[in-house]
Amino acid sequence: MSDLHAEVSLERPDFRLHVELEVPAGRVLAVVGPNAAGKSTLLQVLAGLARPTSGSVRLGERVLTGDGLHVPPERRGIGLLGQDPLLFGHLSLLENVAFGPRAAGMRRGPARESAARWLERVGMAGLGDRRPSTISGGQGQRVALARALAAQPQVLLLDEPLAAMDAEAAPEIRQLLGDQLRATRTTAIVVSHDILDAALLADEIMVLRDGEVVEHGRVAQVLAAPATAFTAALMGVTLVPGRARGGNVHTVWGPVPSEIPDGVRCAVRVPPAAVVVTGERDGVPARVRWLEPAAGGIRARLIHADGADGAELLADVDPAQVAPGLEVGATVGVRLDPGRVSVGAG
Amino acid sequence: MSSPRPAREPGGRIPPVLLAPAVVAVALLTLPLLALLPRVDWAGAPQALTSPEALAAVSLSLRTGLVAVGCCLILGIPLALVLARAPGPVAAVLRVLVTLPLVLPPLVGGLALLYLFGRQGWLGQATVAVGISVPFTTAAVVLAQTFVALPFLVISLEGALRTAGGRYASVAATLGAGRWTVLRRITLPRAMPGLIAGTVLAFARAVGEFGATAMVAGNAPGRTQTIPMAIYTAFNGAGVSRDSALALAVLLVVVALVILIGLRDWRRREAW
Repeated sequence: MSDLHAEVSLERPDFRLHVELEVPAGRVLAVVGPNAAGKSTLLQVLAGLARPTSGSVRLGERVLTGDGLHVPPERRGIGLLGQDPLLFGHLSLLENVAFGPRAAGMRRGPARESAARWLERVGMAGLGDRRPSTISGGQGQRVALARALAAQPQVLLLDEPLAAMDAEAAPEIRQLLGDQLRATRTTAIVVSHDILDAALLADEIMVLRDGEVVEHGRVAQVLAAPATAFTAALMGVTLVPGRARGGNVHTVWGPVPSEIPDGVRCAVRVPPAAVVVTGERDGVPARVRWLEPAAGGIRARLIHADGADGAELLADVDPAQVAPGLEVGATVGVRLDPGRVSVGAG
Repeated sequence: MSSPRPAREPGGRIPPVLLAPAVVAVALLTLPLLALLPRVDWAGAPQALTSPEALAAVSLSLRTGLVAVGCCLILGIPLALVLARAPGPVAAVLRVLVTLPLVLPPLVGGLALLYLFGRQGWLGQATVAVGISVPFTTAAVVLAQTFVALPFLVISLEGALRTAGGRYASVAATLGAGRWTVLRRITLPRAMPGLIAGTVLAFARAVGEFGATAMVAGNAPGRTQTIPMAIYTAFNGAGVSRDSALALAVLLVVVALVILIGLRDWRRREAW
């Protein structure tokens, strides 16, 4: 097992990617970001399917890209699992999984035995004779995972592995991915636009925006205290700037109790559930910019009525407690629930 | 290849007036073939087909057709692969060159082949120097057939390769498969419907080839007289009897029909 190092730049007429990363052996790195941030392109470069304009990719001491060298994908030992299973339709499920071992020179019999064990590990035991067209998308992704792991890659790249799954299959496959990555101690990079994948699968997280790394750190740390408003928004929380004075951090949305010494600049992390929406007369006045249904209520984006720095808040509103006047353009009162926000200095 | 058909629009969206020319078109395409049938002496057909001249023509057509298809496969599969992967401008130029024999009158193709392989031709001079003269031999028949049939194979296979390769080939590579393995185990099997269709079409085109053969190979019974040449000769009052020629003509129609229907059914079964 070796660490993966990469420092790559890729320039295209309308797009620039510059990323430096290191994944220690056996660890999982999540790369999150909005569409077109360059996440998939980064994986293509690591897998050897695209050439970077400059930079290097190393696996331990082995140079895969760099110094004019470009090791082809089949000799990298880097597997790829995408959002579509891309199972080979002319082969049975067992033959699909046996493809990697066969390509590595394993004889037919042992390769099929190994494939059968992998199918069992992903919960597809006994279905080896089926054709890919006869199984569901979730089952297809299970087989695709078995196929990728059966090739015993040194690094596994997962490109939005759950994006094409329906709401029912996604949690199961996410669980399976986590279990198998841990059990096989596979070094992996998971690309996702969903922060949940990072939280449940990865040790470290890297946030990509317009081809640049905007944040990088331990998952727990970044989730608890995102350093940039961009990351916070990606996670569905709002970062509100403030300054500590007299046992409170003062923000445009009101004071939040805190022990931070006077004068220090702070960021208050406000999850949508920490925003209390009341009548117009209570709290800080805010205008409703948009409303949309969310799990267990209504998600609202609120903008500060005085237009203070265009400050915005994401709020979850309980439909049962909403005054009849809640609509786009209406003015409401906003309070922050001190028990549900957290304050970070810096 | 396996894309589901869109549901038929109910109530017919075509202006009814257009039905008349459509019916005329069908008649134009099928009536001539039907008109062949009453002319055939059915009782004598088995005999007509097994006359020595007819048998020689059938045998020659089969042998040259198969060899020509073999040449098409050996040359056409690599060309289709190159075409499917070539960058835009290169592919565009190549595609025009490959399509040219398809739209060219075969007679012109035959003339061109004759000048290329004739005694004064670029290649003819070289082959004559080593004691080989291609024109008016069985090899020239194969040459003419390959010339007209190759585009069918290449274009049919190229279309299939475009949809077959791509992401699947990339996945196979990340699983450790080198270029040959990807080609052999993924790309070609996935393009198999296109390859089979192209092969069958190329064979049908080769067996039916007339114009180019006439120019470059001539009409020597047993050596260069294929079925179409035999039919043509019969109606010029020589060689095969007219009864044999008619029977051979119907045979060609039947073979073509069987090929088309077979392809259709096979494609439907392979539509996974």
